[in-house]
Amino acid sequence: MQIKLINKIIWVLIALIGAVAVCGIALNRGETINALWFITAALCVYAIAYRFYSAWLATKVLLVDETRATPAERLDNGRDFIPTNKWIVFGHHFAAIAGPGPLVGPTLAAQFGYLPGTLWILFGAVLGGCVQDMVTLFFSVRRNGRSLGQMARDEIGPVGGTAALIGTFAIMIILIAVLGLVVVNAMKHSPWATSTVAATIPIAMMVGFYMRHIRPGEVLEASVLGVVLLLLAVMSGGWIDHHPMLRVFFDHEGLTLAWWVIAYGFAAAIMPVWLLLAPRDYLSTFMKLGTILLLTVAIFTLHPQIKMPALTQFIDGTGPIFGGKLFPFVFITIACGAISGFHALISSGTTPKLLSNERDIRMIGYGGMLLESFVAIMALIAATVLDPGVFFAINSPAGVVGKEAAEAVSLITSWGFPVTVEQMKTLASNMGEASLFARTGGAPSLAVGMASIFGSLFGKGLLAMWYHFAIMFEAIFILTTLDAGTRVGRFMLQDMLGNIWPKMAQTSWWPSVLISSALVVAGWGYFLYIGVIDPNGGVNILWPLFGIANQMLAAIALCVATSILVKSGRLNFAWVTGLPLLWLVVVTSTAAWEKIASSDIRVGFFAAANDMAAKLAAGTLMPEKATVAPQLIFNQHLDAWLTMFFVAVLWVVVLDMLWGVLQFYLGKAVLSSSEVAYQKSCID
Amino acid sequence: MSRLLKKFWGRVRQLSGDDAYERYLQHYMAHHDLKAEGEVEAPLTKEAFFKEWQDKKWTGIKRCC
Repeated sequence: MQIKLINKIIWVLIALIGAVAVCGIALNRGETINALWFITAALCVYAIAYRFYSAWLATKVLLVDETRATPAERLDNGRDFIPTNKWIVFGHHFAAIAGPGPLVGPTLAAQFGYLPGTLWILFGAVLGGCVQDMVTLFFSVRRNGRSLGQMARDEIGPVGGTAALIGTFAIMIILIAVLGLVVVNAMKHSPWATSTVAATIPIAMMVGFYMRHIRPGEVLEASVLGVVLLLLAVMSGGWIDHHPMLRVFFDHEGLTLAWWVIAYGFAAAIMPVWLLLAPRDYLSTFMKLGTILLLTVAIFTLHPQIKMPALTQFIDGTGPIFGGKLFPFVFITIACGAISGFHALISSGTTPKLLSNERDIRMIGYGGMLLESFVAIMALIAATVLDPGVFFAINSPAGVVGKEAAEAVSLITSWGFPVTVEQMKTLASNMGEASLFARTGGAPSLAVGMASIFGSLFGKGLLAMWYHFAIMFEAIFILTTLDAGTRVGRFMLQDMLGNIWPKMAQTSWWPSVLISSALVVAGWGYFLYIGVIDPNGGVNILWPLFGIANQMLAAIALCVATSILVKSGRLNFAWVTGLPLLWLVVVTSTAAWEKIASSDIRVGFFAAANDMAAKLAAGTLMPEKATVAPQLIFNQHLDAWLTMFFVAVLWVVVLDMLWGVLQFYLGKAVLSSSEVAYQKSCID
Repeated sequence: MSRLLKKFWGRVRQLSGDDAYERYLQHYMAHHDLKAEGEVEAPLTKEAFFKEWQDKKWTGIKRCC
């Protein structure tokens, strides 16, 4: 009785502290606010959501059954179906879902101020993203670990299944393009960054060779070797940067680098996995977990002051980093940090095949996403500890603030975010870069933020080293996503083409491998190319497109879940997935509508295309802009059609799902549940 | 303390797949009675197992955004 009371008091206290912290963040109008407020608010919100909401979801909505045998137990084959300790599964699951998205999204969304991003990362995750990951994992576990596409087909119908498949393919293409652009912008005219990123390729190959042939299966040994080599590569990058001859080799325009990234993507897609992809993934996982841990420790010990205001004037849609109002674009931009459709693919991929007991679903599905959300909060902190003037100088494209440093700083200062040319010069030279102006994409500003945090903790002397370490850390797992994504895209395309010509479906038939890889690479390579030649930086077009696609996929996953809940007689609980679904439909449709129909040339694709066409015809464009204008105009049209396609896919799935639900309530025949029958678990 | 460290190390090995072959052998021994009559395939060698394990690991969507 007494313990129960103490327990209650503790939870009331956590709730109070959390509420105070959230209010403190929301109501603060001082010059700065300490990062501890954010961490406290986040941890309290997560604790309460996990303790109460996820427990309620597990016991009352999903009816998790601890006595039921999981697919890992029933189908145990010692290879892909293996009952595994929950911490191990958690590690695998988190390593799979945590990519560069939650680092880039919050950084870009910081143009609205720290408040909108923080609130959406916290509440979007606990009410939307975590729920999506958890229910998808649960339903997949009950269906022998089936994939989202298969579940959509089984539960909603062939239309839903096809839409999920096409959606996944489209999001992959856009995702890779935007990530490629982030890397290119980080390497542009930076011999240090370029040489370090280039060095990760031979290092990964060495590690791969070691694991495969020198000491087969000694994964940890090889990884340690690789991590040491990577750190050496960061250090020797500094030496190359100072070498008058060598630095020329690695000093390139964005376009040249984009072609290299495209060539690399093609090579990586056709190379055997053991040589490049697998070892790169080990390195990136270790780097990712290590750096996130280091960042957490640094933020906890330093608790820096956040200098960005709670809200900026750019909530009206005039922001320099990307155009568009707070609603709906903050939700589209944050993307993976709050809710990510991509996670549903992991939750219905490897993870359900490893769970040894259904009770672990709560920790892995819900808890894994909470941790990802926390990573997004830390990325937001790292972006907002910078002086806002510096933040905008790094992230605003030259097409918006002007090419000349003096022009850019005077414009940014006139917005109320003071910054000087001198300040930017000192910062760039501290970070070992020639210039930090207009380094769009979020990676450089995150790296500057991380370097200044690490620098204050471990000494200012190594700022340049930390900056390039952060760039390498971001680049290595962006390139892993690029490799893995191109490969997955290739498999999907081979599968689709196989419907037309069966021979194409043979994944090891060389002509098929080459053609499908080339098509996938051409797909994202096109968007990357356009992004690089776009004077407005490209990120402002591609990231919203990616956000829309990602939220669309999340909506499809929530449709599947809602449909299953209703058909299994749990209509009274269907709001659990239904409300986040409704929100996503509203957000995605509004964003898509604005991207298509807005007359603001920084938001609407058609408006931008028409504006540029008119200027081109009138001859008022700068000559260098006029040469690329036709391509940019074509691209704006293409993006508009693509957006319409995404939103159409979304509505088709939603309507198909609603139709099924209606049929069910009218007592008509619907697709029966594909849940596998109960079998008692024999593991303790 | 040393027990805790050992456990932690065991977890790291399992998480990275360092001990995948050992676990495979364990699974193999548990599920195949080597003394039983009839033909029983011998377990894979470490190299062959690792090859298969690695190729299999990369056939689906393994990494997110």
